Amino acid sequence: MREISVKVLVIGGGPGGYVTAIRAGQLGLDVMLVEENVLGGTCLNVGCIPSKALIHAADAYGHAMAQATSAPFGLRVERPTLDFTRTIEWKDGIVGKLKGGVTALLKRHNVKTVRGRAAMLDGKTCRVESDTGPQVIRAEHVVLATGSQPVALPSLPFGGRVISSTEALSLPSVPQRLAVVGAGYIGLELGTAYAKLGTQVTVIEAEDRILPAYDAELARPVARRLKALGIDVITGARAGGLSADGDALRVEQSGAAARNIAADYFLIAVGRRPRIAGVGLDQLDLTMNGAAVRIDERCATSMRNVWAIGDVTGEPMLAHRAMAQGAMVAEIIAGQRRVFDKVAIPAVCFTDPEVVTVGLSPDEARAAGHTVQTSLFPFQANGRALTLGADDGFVRVTARSDNHLVLGIAAVGAGVSELSAAFGLALEMGARLEDIAGTIHAHPTLGEAFHEASLRGLGEALHV
Amino acid sequence: MAIRIIKLPDVGEGVAEAEVVEWHVKVGDAVLEDQVLAAVMTDKATVEVPSPVAGTVIALGAEVGATLAVGAELVRLEVAGAADEPAAAEVAATPRQAAASPPAAAPAPAADNVVAMRTAAAAPAADSSAPTRPALPRAVPGISLGPPRAAGEKPLASPAVRKRARDAGIDLRQVRGSGPAGRISHDDLDIFMRGGPAAAGPAARTANTAVETIKVVGLRRRIAQRMAEAKRRAAHFAYVEEVDATALEDLRAALNAEAQPDRPRLTLLPFLMQAVVKAVVEFPQMNALYDDEADVVERFGGVHIGIATQTPNGLMVPVARHCEARGLFDGAAEAQRLAQAAREGRATREELTGSTITITSLGALGGIVSTPVLNRPEVAIIGINKLAVRPMWQGGQFVPRKMMNLSSSFDHRIVDGYDAARFIQRIKALLEAPATIFIDG
Repeated sequence: MREISVKVLVIGGGPGGYVTAIRAGQLGLDVMLVEENVLGGTCLNVGCIPSKALIHAADAYGHAMAQATSAPFGLRVERPTLDFTRTIEWKDGIVGKLKGGVTALLKRHNVKTVRGRAAMLDGKTCRVESDTGPQVIRAEHVVLATGSQPVALPSLPFGGRVISSTEALSLPSVPQRLAVVGAGYIGLELGTAYAKLGTQVTVIEAEDRILPAYDAELARPVARRLKALGIDVITGARAGGLSADGDALRVEQSGAAARNIAADYFLIAVGRRPRIAGVGLDQLDLTMNGAAVRIDERCATSMRNVWAIGDVTGEPMLAHRAMAQGAMVAEIIAGQRRVFDKVAIPAVCFTDPEVVTVGLSPDEARAAGHTVQTSLFPFQANGRALTLGADDGFVRVTARSDNHLVLGIAAVGAGVSELSAAFGLALEMGARLEDIAGTIHAHPTLGEAFHEASLRGLGEALHV
Repeated sequence: MAIRIIKLPDVGEGVAEAEVVEWHVKVGDAVLEDQVLAAVMTDKATVEVPSPVAGTVIALGAEVGATLAVGAELVRLEVAGAADEPAAAEVAATPRQAAASPPAAAPAPAADNVVAMRTAAAAPAADSSAPTRPALPRAVPGISLGPPRAAGEKPLASPAVRKRARDAGIDLRQVRGSGPAGRISHDDLDIFMRGGPAAAGPAARTANTAVETIKVVGLRRRIAQRMAEAKRRAAHFAYVEEVDATALEDLRAALNAEAQPDRPRLTLLPFLMQAVVKAVVEFPQMNALYDDEADVVERFGGVHIGIATQTPNGLMVPVARHCEARGLFDGAAEAQRLAQAAREGRATREELTGSTITITSLGALGGIVSTPVLNRPEVAIIGINKLAVRPMWQGGQFVPRKMMNLSSSFDHRIVDGYDAARFIQRIKALLEAPATIFIDG
């Protein structure tokens, strides 16, 4: 068996892992990346990127269909059709292009990449079953970036017509009926996309409303849109097993008779869990934080020189968090002093309309002991939103009452995901309401709603 | 409307002047009859001066810390009254004793110095800048600093500032932010790196640039004057000897064990008082006052022991009179009573004057050695240091003994070193064999 020694061994080639490796390479460290499957991880292959491609295609189709039935600004389209095979090919093309980019970047930064299944033997040694045979890698530093995987329901194990988000992104054709278990962002993003593609979608949620991780004010415009799209949302309901013929899902709702939801596919989107087993992490005897690897503010685990980043360390499971952690860990290994001192990690739901949250919600801010004020500006009063034909939603700013320090910014509306950059910058820079109010925001843009919400917090709103 | 002048009343026997230690009113204040106008201090006694009439203060006769002669103008009041009354009626106030001072009827000499009056021509009634307010703390100008962060509050800084601080090994919690909402700028970091004022939060060290100006008035000024006078005039020399107080402590414990309700608990002090009484019989030059202007030393038959006492206002020395006529418990009770009276500000002038020798003790804070300052014109002062169990070489081995030092000072102009040493040796011998203290003849 071949034995290799490296300075840094990164396990997992998702956004966290490949960024760690690239940054380590930039810093001149001897780094090796082990990826079991394909580079890019969940995000690039079966998550963020392909879902956004599908959502975009569904949006375009939905718009075309809307013009076929009504013509609000006079555009007439006769019977648009969708070649879903082409859609999936186009999506795969984007994924392939990005994957190629990651491969090239790793190469350019002298990252040795090994394809194979890694299993930690101890905190310093990893055995990889690679395409070219087994090899043992000894490393000074190990970075665990094994990511996460969809959580299965005991009554609905994955297989056949019970699918996870991964399969939902590569269906052979647009299904007639889709049942989505879980009204979190994954279930709603995919459910909405298929609804726009013509699927009859039913969403089953155990909580009493959709997007339970977000505050009710933000979820409301999304709920309105789901209804307009004809999506049947059943809240306060539990998914039981499949019917005997496997055609329908049994749904139990408190205070109502159990009913069967017939569908071609049953998408289980009830969450993700850290990927621990199968990569030998359970052998390492690391201190855990629930199902996740416990880390400190430097992403150090309980084992010396074993680091963990991204989804394997638990919520929030977001690619950009993993990337930031990965770059930081590479710098720490290179001898720099770093801690994960970010003020905020933006979170975006690519639902319709989109939802962005950065920083604290009003309730979180109050729970943290702050006296807060919130101010909200609706897109109904924003010119750009009206010209885009999407005026539902708002920007909401939460600030400390005493010194107007902005603690949290949230928005819901079409295209507001792009505002996350401005929101994040404001929070990281420690902006006060006066800082945002004092910044010229281009007209006509959605960003003006951010400006106006801040002005409103100062009692100086101009357009409401 | 009429003007009334309130004069500094006669505040005590043989007192010709008094120091204003506190104003209770300011210009523009409306005062009622009997409302306290000011506190003035005579020889260790503070007296409150009430207003004999109701009116409005239009002028104060002196600043805090100034000394006024009895009969001098203290306050000028505007009072309601007929226009045909004298333009400036003079009203005598009756002093009210705060820290007791014997009432006296002796007439006081008239003032021969004129105190500058501050008039209230332009001062509005609600003027917040009271004329007697002491100077506020001053900050060092030139460096912009934000307020310190509240406890537990995170430092606010841009990512670039955070990274720079991290690279330099600086914990931003230590750095004060001058920006909006306390944001830490690159400039704030520069100041911190140059070792300038910084710090925030309860855990951090703060460069405190405040300066508080406190007027040295009243008792503190009296203490300052007396201490400086004692050091300037007397030729101090110190003598320290250790005392084995084991037997004394045993005796004290035995006496305290059989507690009786009418007897005070005994400390070391009454034993030392008894030993001093006994020793000064052989060393009369220690129980004496030296009038260095008249070149006369007065030796006293009575032993009046001053007992240095820390009070909330400062050091006071109440006097246990005629200790030669007091037994152990009597002396102990008197010492306790005097200390309490002094702490509560109730000690009379008699109780605060007339000592012939002084004992000073800081109790558990006594330390190993001290160099007491003479209570001039006395010529001896004895200090008690901390009692501690120490290993002593005895009979070929170390034995634990309760040891205590006596640190005394003498006026070398009158007391020779040889005599001082023998005097202390005598006290040591008495304390080490405590039965001898109580054997007469």
